[in-house]
Amino acid sequence: MYTFDYARPESLKDVATALRKQGEAKLLAGGQSLVQALRLRLAHPPALVDLQAIPELRGIAVANNVVSVGAMTRHAEVAASREIQRAIPALAKLAAGIGDRQVRNQGTIGGSLANADPGADYPAAVLGLGANIVTNKREIPADKFFLGLFETALKPGELIVRVDFPLPLRAGYAKFRNPASRFALVGVFVCDTTSGVRVAVTGAGPCVFRAKRMEKVLAKDFTPQAVEKIVLPAEGLNTDIHAQADYRAHLVTVMAQRAVEAAAKL
Amino acid sequence: MTTPLALKVNGNAVSVQVEPRTLLVQLLRETLRLTGTHVGCDTGQCGACTVHLDGRAVKSCTMLAVQAAGCEITTIEGVAAPSGDLHPMQAAFKEHHGLQCGFCTPGMVMNAIDLARSKADLSEAEVRGGLDGNLCRCTGYQNIVKAVLAGAAAMRS
Repeated sequence: MYTFDYARPESLKDVATALRKQGEAKLLAGGQSLVQALRLRLAHPPALVDLQAIPELRGIAVANNVVSVGAMTRHAEVAASREIQRAIPALAKLAAGIGDRQVRNQGTIGGSLANADPGADYPAAVLGLGANIVTNKREIPADKFFLGLFETALKPGELIVRVDFPLPLRAGYAKFRNPASRFALVGVFVCDTTSGVRVAVTGAGPCVFRAKRMEKVLAKDFTPQAVEKIVLPAEGLNTDIHAQADYRAHLVTVMAQRAVEAAAKL
Repeated sequence: MTTPLALKVNGNAVSVQVEPRTLLVQLLRETLRLTGTHVGCDTGQCGACTVHLDGRAVKSCTMLAVQAAGCEITTIEGVAAPSGDLHPMQAAFKEHHGLQCGFCTPGMVMNAIDLARSKADLSEAEVRGGLDGNLCRCTGYQNIVKAVLAGAAAMRS
């Protein structure tokens, strides 16, 4: 690991000051991806700004048909939250399946979203549920947040404060996980709302994306059978040592069916 | 450049100067000489370095020491009673032979203690799922799962 400075500000204002002082500084949430990236020297920021002491970034609230999750809320907290289990059970279930226990005890939703790993679970929930990402500067709808491989709409100096999830009619998530990394080889989040169906796919492409053809048929017929014949073109999907693009395309169809089935059960 | 760091480790106040890039596991093993916490894979996969941070099982190879400032850390050295009596989870690993070479055992025990505290009446499936983040290269896990179930039951009684 290269050397770096470290700051632990206690307010959003002090974060802004710390970032102004060190333009290339990186924000540190739970560190479950960033610390490993530092160790591999994939990242070498001059400074880290640790967000753990900022009260506004913590907590879960359910009000006016919106579930708000603070950026520094850990996966284990979302998984164990009675309020979220009642309001959006698919979200609690997704959080309970991220990484392993130790990762869930330290990793945060804000960190996961800002990192935008192509195999991360939370992006599927955020895009699938049509959440709003609230930053210290503005609100970014999920459809405009994920731009590419590890790339988001966040600007320098901008940080996620919380994520607002609208309540769905029903929702479900199914993932085919890589047994070693526990990331999604493919994960599909389906969500039925009063204004239509949303289907978000993670793990398959450079970043999470919507499967619009599946959304169309599910809007008419919200059953696993409705999507069983829809196979995404393999072109543009990820190929790596774990799976070829056409296998991932096949998995999207299978996971979509399981996600619809899960949504019906929850 | 070093920065002052104060935290509690196994109940004792610790005050040291560290570089921000120091990992928590390096502080424990190299500075405090608590070598019961092991480094296995060094990439955040194997869980041999698991310790408790304010009671939660975390991987000390995937955390900076400075992130633990002001926190309470418990390592495998801190779970037995001051009399030397093993923690019920340690005793269960011994009784059920939940180890062969023993390298993964400190991490297994630390995660298992947190797992047992998180839920009463763990099922075998929950134990297997709960141990996702701990790899053992010797045992095939059968005796580890037995030990965790027995240890969890002993912790409740």
